Amino acid sequence: MDGNASGARGVRVKKGSSYWVAIVHRVSGIALAIFLPLHFWALSTALQLDAFLAWTRQPAVLVAEWGIVVALAAHFAGGLRVLALEFLPWHGRQKTLAALAAGVTALVGLVLALAL
Amino acid sequence: MLAVCVLVHLATIIYAVQGGLTAAEILGRTRGNHAWLAFYTVFVLAVSVHAPIGLRAVFLEWLRWRGASRDIALALFAGALAWMGMRAVLAVFA
Amino acid sequence: MKVSVWKGGADGAFQEFEVPRLPSQTVLDVVTHIQRALDATLAYRYACRVGMCGSCAMTVNGVPRWTCRTHVDKVAFHDRLKIEPLKNLPVIRDLVTDMSVFFDKWARARGQFSGTRTKNEDFHAVKPDSASRVQADAAIECIGCGVCYSACDVVAWNPGYLGPAALNRAWTLVNDERDAAKLERLRAVSGDAGCHSCHTHMSCTERCPKHLSPTAAIAGLKREIVTALIRGEL
Repeated sequence: MDGNASGARGVRVKKGSSYWVAIVHRVSGIALAIFLPLHFWALSTALQLDAFLAWTRQPAVLVAEWGIVVALAAHFAGGLRVLALEFLPWHGRQKTLAALAAGVTALVGLVLALAL
Repeated sequence: MLAVCVLVHLATIIYAVQGGLTAAEILGRTRGNHAWLAFYTVFVLAVSVHAPIGLRAVFLEWLRWRGASRDIALALFAGALAWMGMRAVLAVFA
Repeated sequence: MKVSVWKGGADGAFQEFEVPRLPSQTVLDVVTHIQRALDATLAYRYACRVGMCGSCAMTVNGVPRWTCRTHVDKVAFHDRLKIEPLKNLPVIRDLVTDMSVFFDKWARARGQFSGTRTKNEDFHAVKPDSASRVQADAAIECIGCGVCYSACDVVAWNPGYLGPAALNRAWTLVNDERDAAKLERLRAVSGDAGCHSCHTHMSCTERCPKHLSPTAAIAGLKREIVTALIRGEL
């Protein structure tokens, strides 16, 4: 199938890349909104911090931590994309912003995975 | 402004997490550190404002929640975030 | 090939037809064949059939398109076609939607020109290469076909949202230096129903058959509103 005909960008693709970036941005935001109260609560138990930190050594928690930091990076990248779209002069190549956002997120995820 | 805060926070956490984490290490850096207190106070307040604004769109579009009850609920959430956040900041600072 | 066509109103159902497949066939050809040879009760709209009027817009295999400009070869996988009325609009019958909401929102976005000169004065000369005119011209070719409105997720999620076409038209007028109603227009397009509800999914820009970018127009409106707010005009 010729994906370039009639200006259609791939006949089967109903949703473009911008849609997915926006959805990731939204879902990561929801995840962060749920995570934050837990994060604040955990830190406020500073007196028992060592016990809590021991608990965070568990593999499941480490994976979840990595996930939430990736969510933060994704939300951050998506947010920058939105700010650029709204405040910088418009360019036709806005889709590359979506790719950039994804790239930055992946980078952060990788760095953190190495750190952990 | 949040963008800057997030960058600083991410960089700090990635740096801090290198080589393991203990309470003593964290608290050694945060206790009595006024710069830290100022930064994280700004961060907490900014987040407490930002999160409800984002959730507002989600509630309207995905939960079909309209009207004053939604905005009141979000205001309460904002207050809760700010309250819990400042408690955490002060707990680690004091 | 097998063609599923929506029949009935909002609570209708798909009906299947067996349609001969021909070279260079468009989806509009298919619908017309069904109505003429197989089911005379099928209701659908078209006019120019050459991609100029936008009347024939329908949802084809889940995607809003101009059926006269959609070749069957490009969309019929495994010899199957699914044809429905445009999404996000009330169905009158079969493939015909009620476009009045679409145009009402156009009016609510202040998509009308408000001039100041009378016939006794000379024309206002607009330089075609002025920055604002270039912006307006990039968005002016909209023929109100409704494809972008049908593609928009926010329209589906937020029934009050004015939609890409109405906001795109408002943008052309905001950039029209002859127009006198700029501030009222900016007020009309701000708020929950207006440009701030756009989440830049860009489905409108993806699908516009005239290759316009309502996303760009809406981004421009957002910028204009912030500028006006800072200047204390709004």
